[in-house]
Amino acid sequence: MIRVDELTKTFGSKTAVDKVSFTVKRGEVLGFLGPNGAGKSTTMRMITGFLRPTSGSISIDGLLLAEKPVEVRRRLGYLPENAPVYPDMTVEGFLAFCAEARGYRGKSKKLKIGAAIEQCFLAPVVHQRIGTLSKGYRQRVCFAQSILHDPPYLVMDEPTDGLDPNQKHEVREMIRRMSRDKAILLSTHILDEVDAVCQRALIIANGRLIADDTPEGLRRRSSSYGTITLVLGNAVTDRLKKRFEALEEVKEVQVVSQTEAEVILRLIPARREPASAARILSQLEAEQDLLSFAVDRGRLDEIFRSLTGGSNGTGRFTENDQPAGS
Amino acid sequence: MNSFFNAVKAVAKRELNAYFNSAVAYVFIVIFLLLSGFFTFYVSNWFEAGQADLRSFFQWHPWIYIILVPAIAMRLWAEEKRLGTLEIVLTLPLKPSEVILGKFIAAWLFIGLALGLTFPMVLSVVYLGQPDLGAIASGYLGSFLMAGAFLGIGTATSAMTSNQVVSFILAVVTCLFFILAGYPPTINIISGWAPLWLIRTLENIGFISHFSSVSRGVIDLRDMLYFLSFMILGLYCNSLLLDWQRQR
Repeated sequence: MIRVDELTKTFGSKTAVDKVSFTVKRGEVLGFLGPNGAGKSTTMRMITGFLRPTSGSISIDGLLLAEKPVEVRRRLGYLPENAPVYPDMTVEGFLAFCAEARGYRGKSKKLKIGAAIEQCFLAPVVHQRIGTLSKGYRQRVCFAQSILHDPPYLVMDEPTDGLDPNQKHEVREMIRRMSRDKAILLSTHILDEVDAVCQRALIIANGRLIADDTPEGLRRRSSSYGTITLVLGNAVTDRLKKRFEALEEVKEVQVVSQTEAEVILRLIPARREPASAARILSQLEAEQDLLSFAVDRGRLDEIFRSLTGGSNGTGRFTENDQPAGS
Repeated sequence: MNSFFNAVKAVAKRELNAYFNSAVAYVFIVIFLLLSGFFTFYVSNWFEAGQADLRSFFQWHPWIYIILVPAIAMRLWAEEKRLGTLEIVLTLPLKPSEVILGKFIAAWLFIGLALGLTFPMVLSVVYLGQPDLGAIASGYLGSFLMAGAFLGIGTATSAMTSNQVVSFILAVVTCLFFILAGYPPTINIISGWAPLWLIRTLENIGFISHFSSVSRGVIDLRDMLYFLSFMILGLYCNSLLLDWQRQR
């Protein structure tokens, strides 16, 4: 388990990371969300031991990073932001250096390099200089470096940044495959990614942790979560509205749009939970004019914006939502 | 101990490969050989001097090193910072001392290789006369140690910045100070008015006085210690600078 406790980093008078605490367990992919400059990279750099915290502590498997830096780093794989690599080295040469620096020799070194090359699909470019490779391949080379020693813990700073949709998909697949037996902390500002690979997400803004929840839990905070959108082929809006308002558990009915042919209504249930929406829908079974319906699952980008955008939004949900670690 | 050695070796091997993977290595070696030949034969008129020794060869080394050693050292840290690979190197399970030493040894060995490639000089003197081989060996040892001292300065200035040009200029200026400090013309200029202790101090901290006795074949432990302490000081500054930047 990675345990981060009251981690703080100040650069001069600016507090980049402010008393951040959380844990990541094995088998879990934790998404680290936040606008640019929120302190994601700084936090990750401290966890990997590249920067030293101003205060607070980091431990992995109970070992304190400050006391046993080499031991801790042995258990960590790190993919830094922008996937830095040595352009003058070949893919194989670079991985060989990382393997040797991690203490592998002879046969075990060969095995580790081979496995990393295979896992990251680098076989076609093994002997090429990294500087001649495309951005996607470079990303994979750096990725290969981070998983070479099969570490139980992985820290990845924007692993899909700058990749095309196919490459993004591949990287997410790799992360998903590896998440079974590793603890993975990844930062991103792509919200789909959180839904796609993370079991849990942290949102950080201005150096502070403002949410620690499952993607589902975050979406639940969205104002549209649990509302039901109905498309009906009947233009007599008022009558429909009244009828739906009379249904059990419906708090409010809004008219979204209305044309000659169809009406779109939004039903706002009294309680925002899937079961409530299901009960409302079951009452609509006899509704002959119903063309289609959808239950809104909430939107992460809305939550992200309301939590991190501007001074009004910041901290709006902090009252009731202490980080899960506490 | 074994893991320390292996870690230093892994870092040094990568650095040496980096020199040879780029044009730097070849450019450096060619320029070093050309310059040392040019100064020895055309400026010092080695053939006309008619002496079977290599003093006129070694006496130019401080002036060649002042440009070439900073050029070798400047990329050691500055490039890692610019590329961002420093984040990878410093998050590997290596101690900072292993990385610092590995880089230093790679650059030093590389300069040693260039120095070794001047062996035709030795062959020429042996062919033309009966030189004192002990003095020549001592000259090579002194030159190699002095290169290490220059490199100590160069690695420290490289750790200060992510800009190789800045690192280069800082190193050249610092090395120039230590060459001029003990350089006879400098001493002559100030000897008229400066107090004796200042003159002695300048002579002692300068490279030239320590190097000239070694290059004549006088191996004095104090001169060796002087160069070694320079290297150690440079590496220590290097580690302080790295540490400070991570702390910042």
